[in-house]
Amino acid sequence: MASAMIDSIRPSRTTVTAERPALSEPKLSSIGTRALLLEAPGAFELRQQKRIWSVADEVVTWADVEEAVLGVTNLMVVFSKPPRDLEATKAALLDAWHRLPEKAVSGRVIEIPVIYGGELGSDLPAVSAFSGLPAEEIIAIHCAGEYTVCAIGSSPGFGYLHGLDPRIFMPRKTVPSLRMLKGTVTIGGMQAGISVSTGPNGWNAIGWAATPMFDLAKTPPALLAPGDQIRFLVERIEP
Amino acid sequence: MIEVLSTLPLNTVQDLGRFGSRHYGVSTSGVMDPVAFVVGNVLLGNPDNAAGIEVQTFPFAVRFLADTNFSVTGADTAATLDERALPSWWSATARRGQTLTLRPPGSGARAYLTLAGGIDVPVILGSRSTHLRSEFGGFCGRSLEQGDVLRTLDSETELTPWKSGGLGVIPPAFTLPSRNTRTNDQVLRVRVLRAGEYDLFSEDMQEKFWTTDWKITHQSDRGGYRLSGHALKLAAPVEMRSYGLVAGIIQVPPSGEPIIQLSDANTAGGYPKIATVIEADLWRLGQARLGSFIRFEEVTYEAAVEAMTPVAAYITRIRRTTDLYRSL
Repeated sequence: MASAMIDSIRPSRTTVTAERPALSEPKLSSIGTRALLLEAPGAFELRQQKRIWSVADEVVTWADVEEAVLGVTNLMVVFSKPPRDLEATKAALLDAWHRLPEKAVSGRVIEIPVIYGGELGSDLPAVSAFSGLPAEEIIAIHCAGEYTVCAIGSSPGFGYLHGLDPRIFMPRKTVPSLRMLKGTVTIGGMQAGISVSTGPNGWNAIGWAATPMFDLAKTPPALLAPGDQIRFLVERIEP
Repeated sequence: MIEVLSTLPLNTVQDLGRFGSRHYGVSTSGVMDPVAFVVGNVLLGNPDNAAGIEVQTFPFAVRFLADTNFSVTGADTAATLDERALPSWWSATARRGQTLTLRPPGSGARAYLTLAGGIDVPVILGSRSTHLRSEFGGFCGRSLEQGDVLRTLDSETELTPWKSGGLGVIPPAFTLPSRNTRTNDQVLRVRVLRAGEYDLFSEDMQEKFWTTDWKITHQSDRGGYRLSGHALKLAAPVEMRSYGLVAGIIQVPPSGEPIIQLSDANTAGGYPKIATVIEADLWRLGQARLGSFIRFEEVTYEAAVEAMTPVAAYITRIRRTTDLYRSL
């Protein structure tokens, strides 16, 4: 069984790298007796996410699968009871990964107007300093991007987005903001996001959006769904 | 129907949890000790999932506004109904106007007050559990407060009071002992399965994981238990992509001090995971107190699955006895 992290470990002199399986093999591991985690090999690429979506679509039709929980290039399959034959279940998951084609995306395009900078985008100067680009260019790059919703997770309605331009990657903060407002438009490492609840947050705030991401009065309650395309629009820029 | 007379924060309406909405990012919530909760419902002839109150801050007192059968299970709270002392893990009949008081427990951490019919609050995404952080579910999406009036689902139907003083059961801590019978220490043994990143830890760190008496720190709550006792450092840093979480998963953040994710945990996270507490021991963890110590014991997958058998048998026995007693 694959037992090493794929490409998420920095090259090092430890024995870990020596155990890397072939790059085409996903990693499969148990989370307790009722969940299995399938992690796609390789980099954070949309094509891998599309294969994960295909596997998710299939496994929810299996008997005893209670939930298929999408992550970022991974899938947690939750069973209603522990699989009687764990090895056979693992093999079936691996088979699905190898057999299924990338899912054809038919997501909607969702435009999100953003107030960039100012008090609610207070980390914009830090992103600017880190990237060496002026704030206006950060905003231009952020707006020009086409983002794909990989998964909804963590908090109600939060979308994990693929598509952030590497020029504005920005490491997460070592000391989180204690009270970041719901709706804050953020950059966390290589990911773009829109926070969905007010509270502590380690991502970098560059703006704010009024668009509600989660509304229990609606079905489904989450605005975003996997496969949707997000475009950020400049509503205004605050100093 | 009951009225909350006195309460502290963090006492909430819960059921077994909100399953099936993790793909919207909605965490499961739900009781921390499902065994105590289900037994409370079984004693009343309720569906296992009928909503009740999870009490984790004490004292907690309610007044009955109607004659009602109720159960108090879980932590030993020296409960009284007016002046009458109730044994722990007990179901009884309250008359209108009587007051039930739960006091700081001598053992355990969480008590469950269940009412015949179950508490009538709206079902949201398939559950009546309170989602505190998102402020929905349960009673108005919040902790209970003094003056809150909670209705039950069968308040219209006629009460069948317990014939005698009520009915009690032997707590699972006696019939389902944790495996530390050979030792006298107070360290709770918690059985775990290895998780995905276990092998990334050095042998020394793995050894520390198994041999450390981990303290449940005061930065612990229904979201998760933060442990202290040792820093489990990785030889090489690992940055994982966010993946789905279930209750019981033990993650190791960069500080090296493990976190056991529990009922109110986010649906996804990105820390390396070293192990997962088996389902059969989650209720024990739900009753572990802040400041107490736990130690991890490895089990095989087969043993982890089998560990649910005595738990299910315990509940089945109670169900049978209760039905019999009711029919007498």
